[in-house]
Amino acid sequence: MSALADFLDASVRSATPLLLAAIGETVSERSGVINVGLEGTIIVGCLAGLAAATIVGPTAALAAAGIAGLLLALIFAIIAIWLGAEQIIAGTAITMMGLGLTGTLYRVLYGDAGAALSAPTMAPIGVPLLQDLPLIGGAFFRQPLPTYLAIALVPAVWWWLNRTHSGLAIRATGENPAAARASGISPRRVQTAGALFGGLCGGLAGGTLVLAQVGTFAEGMSAGRGFIAIAIVALGRWSPVGAAIAALFFGMASALQFLFQSLELKLPYQVFLALPYALTLLALAFARGRYRAPAALGARIGTADIT
Amino acid sequence: MARLPRVIRALFEPMLAITLSLIVLTALLAVSGYSVSAALTALWHGAFGSWSVIASGTLVRATPLLFAGLAVTVAFRAGILNIGAEGQLLAGAAAATAVSVTISPTLGIAGVALALVVGGAAGGMWAGIAAVLRQRFGVLEVISTIMLNVIMLHLTGLLVRGPLQEGTGTFPQSALIDPALRLPRIFPGTRLHVGVALAVLSALGLAWVLRHTAQGFRLRMTGANPRAAASAGGIGVARVAMSAFIASGAIAGLGGAVEVTGVTFALYENLSPGYGYTAIAVALLARLNPMAAIGSAVVFGALEAGAAAMQREAEVPAGMVGVAEACVILVLLASEWIGARAGRWSTLFRGGPPSKHVSELSPTSDQP
Repeated sequence: MSALADFLDASVRSATPLLLAAIGETVSERSGVINVGLEGTIIVGCLAGLAAATIVGPTAALAAAGIAGLLLALIFAIIAIWLGAEQIIAGTAITMMGLGLTGTLYRVLYGDAGAALSAPTMAPIGVPLLQDLPLIGGAFFRQPLPTYLAIALVPAVWWWLNRTHSGLAIRATGENPAAARASGISPRRVQTAGALFGGLCGGLAGGTLVLAQVGTFAEGMSAGRGFIAIAIVALGRWSPVGAAIAALFFGMASALQFLFQSLELKLPYQVFLALPYALTLLALAFARGRYRAPAALGARIGTADIT
Repeated sequence: MARLPRVIRALFEPMLAITLSLIVLTALLAVSGYSVSAALTALWHGAFGSWSVIASGTLVRATPLLFAGLAVTVAFRAGILNIGAEGQLLAGAAAATAVSVTISPTLGIAGVALALVVGGAAGGMWAGIAAVLRQRFGVLEVISTIMLNVIMLHLTGLLVRGPLQEGTGTFPQSALIDPALRLPRIFPGTRLHVGVALAVLSALGLAWVLRHTAQGFRLRMTGANPRAAASAGGIGVARVAMSAFIASGAIAGLGGAVEVTGVTFALYENLSPGYGYTAIAVALLARLNPMAAIGSAVVFGALEAGAAAMQREAEVPAGMVGVAEACVILVLLASEWIGARAGRWSTLFRGGPPSKHVSELSPTSDQP
């Protein structure tokens, strides 16, 4: 009973940064931009969050993390959208840059002994009454701020994409940039906005990791979450609601590790580390249906792809 | 007369990218408060300081980069965005290690050959998973190869703590490969092994296949314009793309096998410091040309060897070089755009053919 509640709590905690990053990437991909640089964006958010938290406290630091992610996404947007480079390659370079830059800056800022450096973290905020619900109370109603932010973003982004003019422009650009342009939309501007929103959310995801969970920075601490988020977007079939379900699924897969430990089942921990990725591959292979990737995902505006 | 300008123009962008990246590196060093001259001196000494440093450092590191760079080249030329060279390289390394620690050392050089073949096959099979997922289930290869990279990393961790762990069961690494089953050294006293020659031969072979064979032609057509290749060329685009994907994995796997039989002599988790990702920079700097990849791999091998020296001697974090590598890629992508426009201007002034490298550098991904 208590083990199950702990399991749910750990699932939601693992899922929060994944969901934040995946929501942003969903918007980005719906506009036709796949940003493999998300991994770099998240780690930059981690370091920016830590650095800012030592000065302005955790809540304002979360915003700083988001802005740092946005700035890295701006570099990506200039190269991939305005200069029309291959998105995947530009994104890979952005990830390399984010990982290299944070590793370097961390040592420069805090020295080799920086491991002991810790930031103040956000305390969980309990929702009155609901937090006392059995089983799910702790998991969904006694969490730090970013979890509520991630949950609130799901309906908000759904509304944005499906019920507003700018959302329509995003979807139109992702499906058919040429037609979008014919109807007076600037595909590049829409895609830039999408990519920047993705960067903002990626930075927030990194900030969440440091400011609401770990409380410190370690080189490479994003640990593939950016890549998982990209998988979550595909698994969630490019919808924010789908992303929420997929992110929770991933959170549960990671939390299984703790559950199995408490049940004293002996399996090598690498199995648990690899499990979410293997399940994603299977899910991507067999979860085909009405939904598919935006038609112009990854296509380059103004080049041979779209004239 | 027409030849020289073409060579200069071909070298211009890579030179620009390297120069700008070194400027960024220098600026980063200065901003971070390191002694720029000490750091760059260490970088130079670590890369080209002496013959033994060139052989044991730069060229030894260039070898896996060249294999992985060729793997990326094959895939990108066929329009496959294989980001999975890292995992395919590890798969090759793991399989080659499994063979090498199992077979009898009396097999000698035949045993080494067997390990290399099995390593290549393992890399091909690991890529084959992504190829099948793409072909049969429409899973984007970008996503699947990234997933497979992570899975292979953890699988390696599992192997070196389980089935392949060394005899005493203390360290997370495999047993050492018997000296009789290692790749021979080229020069005594250095770490330079026969694998570097294999890598260069692979580059030459790949260049020849791409340029002079029907398969190479079909591969290039598939990458340049899959729709035209299928309709006008009657090319079985799906099959060509699938074979190119698997061949790409096999080359990366061979690189991994060469690394364990030539350099590390054992399998361990951090065998590859991201060779598969740097390989993308290697392939792009060579503008997806296998011959040019030889030079490009040496450049990045030097950078990595120099970075290690920089960390040792000037205490500069090696992550700095990751930033420089990322800059190389970004500058190349940006200069592609600038080059396309410069090409247009030069056409206006000289009346030459329009610049084509936009389509050459980055094959378009085939959208359904």
